[in-house]
Amino acid sequence: MAQVETTVNQEPEVRYRRKKKRKTFDEMTYHAMLLPGMAMLFIFSIVPMFGVVMAFQKFIPAKGILGSAWAGLDNFTYMFQLPDAKQIFVNTLVIAVGKIVLGLIVPIVFALLLNEVRLKLSKSTIQTIVYLPHFMSWVVLGTMLTMIFSFDGMINNFLEFLGLERIMFLASNDWFRPLLIVTDTWKEFGYGTIVYLAALTAINPALYESAAMDGASRWKQTLNITLPGMFPTIILLGTLSLGNVLNAGFDQVFNLYNPLVYETGDIIDTFVYRMGLINMQYSFATAIGLMKSVISFVLIVISYRLASRYAGYKIF
Amino acid sequence: MIQSKTLGSRLSRLMIMLALVLITFVSLAPIVNTIMVSVSSSTAVNAGRVYFFPVELNFSSYGQILNDTKFWKAFLISVERVLLGGAINMILTILMAYPLSRSVTQFRSRNKYMWIIVFTMLFSGGIVPWYMVISKLGLINSIWALVLPGAVPVFNVILLMNFFKGIPKELEEAAFIDGAGPLKILLKIFIPISMPSLATITLFVIVGHWNNFFDGIILINDSEKIPLQTYLQQLSLTRDQMQNLSVEQLQQFNKISNTTLNSAKILVSMIPILLIYPFLQRYLIHGIVLGAVKE
Repeated sequence: MAQVETTVNQEPEVRYRRKKKRKTFDEMTYHAMLLPGMAMLFIFSIVPMFGVVMAFQKFIPAKGILGSAWAGLDNFTYMFQLPDAKQIFVNTLVIAVGKIVLGLIVPIVFALLLNEVRLKLSKSTIQTIVYLPHFMSWVVLGTMLTMIFSFDGMINNFLEFLGLERIMFLASNDWFRPLLIVTDTWKEFGYGTIVYLAALTAINPALYESAAMDGASRWKQTLNITLPGMFPTIILLGTLSLGNVLNAGFDQVFNLYNPLVYETGDIIDTFVYRMGLINMQYSFATAIGLMKSVISFVLIVISYRLASRYAGYKIF
Repeated sequence: MIQSKTLGSRLSRLMIMLALVLITFVSLAPIVNTIMVSVSSSTAVNAGRVYFFPVELNFSSYGQILNDTKFWKAFLISVERVLLGGAINMILTILMAYPLSRSVTQFRSRNKYMWIIVFTMLFSGGIVPWYMVISKLGLINSIWALVLPGAVPVFNVILLMNFFKGIPKELEEAAFIDGAGPLKILLKIFIPISMPSLATITLFVIVGHWNNFFDGIILINDSEKIPLQTYLQQLSLTRDQMQNLSVEQLQQFNKISNTTLNSAKILVSMIPILLIYPFLQRYLIHGIVLGAVKE
């Protein structure tokens, strides 16, 4: 509480009234500060939420939301009958879970390796470089990766050099998913290390000293001190990633896929984009989007509950 | 830390260093390759001879970019977007984070606002209603369509709010006794000591605006008004036109597209990020860890 007596000599009642007036003034200022941002959120986030009624309509743009006929759950039943819908659901799940698992393991291993570097300059240089891909757009990376993974690209030249067959990475339904998972991990692992490195600096150095005294090797120290020290952070990030199992990464897929790999690479977000904004099946696209939003919402709430219960995590 | 100097430990340290160098190289490889492609001759590139060194050094693609008015138009729109959108994002983030960092006793409605904000982060109406709202407001084809819908970066607001919460109460109490109001406390105390956090968020905001290509695709129909990333996207990966191409045709398409020129364009598009990144990234660890993981 930031309320401190202003003047000591005043009558208690006057002082109280002043304090109260001041408090009301402060609160009004807070409301005023929040107003512009809340207005933006209202227009661009909350108003579109009412648009989900389209999912229960046979929406026709000329008639608008109020004039279009109701369709009940037709859009949803259609979704469950459509074989494509099942396929994109599976694709999304497989790609997202792959990214979560690899995206959890690689930064941990990398943070452990980096922790062994004692020279500050080389440590920060490595960090600066490996964070960099995180800050580049998937348009840029998509173009680069298309070049490198193309049939006569660098990777295939290397495979041939090793005496292996050339692979159509970007046109092969066997290779497209692993490619998405690996390249996403490549882009994000450096950035993901930040939190683990912070967790490592929080470990008490005295633990290492006494372990070394007892004759524990670096490897033993890593196993018995460093890893347990990182464990809460690992659990926390693992739990929180649960909310992302339906987010397979629109930007990446959109910039790398093509009709040849729709079978394994098409995800909910890209499908909704094509249905809604290219094929103009507004109601159907909204229904699929709503399905995703609701499931994601439930998963996020569950993951935050778990995180706050088992890792003491709170967002606010 | 005590470090034994046995052969085994030296060997393991060497292995670790090697692994790290390899990982760092892999992180940088695509970028280095793109740089080399951009400064090599097209024939060498198409023959697949360019890896990590230039072949038949040739800067003509950069000369071509200089005369490419469409590229620079898109570049300028992206700059405008970053300046305008970045300023709006930062102002709104600060203005929202400060009241939300107050305790409920100081600001009674705080939790009500918080619930609304978090709800907008967790749930959305989906892309179709979102598009319709923006189009109904008549924003299509204007720079405001790229700036206003994302005016409040909710994640950043929470990040900064958590940072503000960590500021010692004594600091603002002193200002309070001197009669400073909320705005003054925010401007004179909170903002100056939150510089690492603000630098981190500024980096996020700039990168976010600079890298966004998707809103340019759906909200801007006029090809004269698209931002740079959208321009690049349409340039090298015109997916919609490739809908019905066969594998051979796709191969052919890759051949005729000017890889050298596209690489150069991509690299020029990265320059702004590469310029600001080194200055702001050193605050990253501080900014993210303090703001994000709240225990």
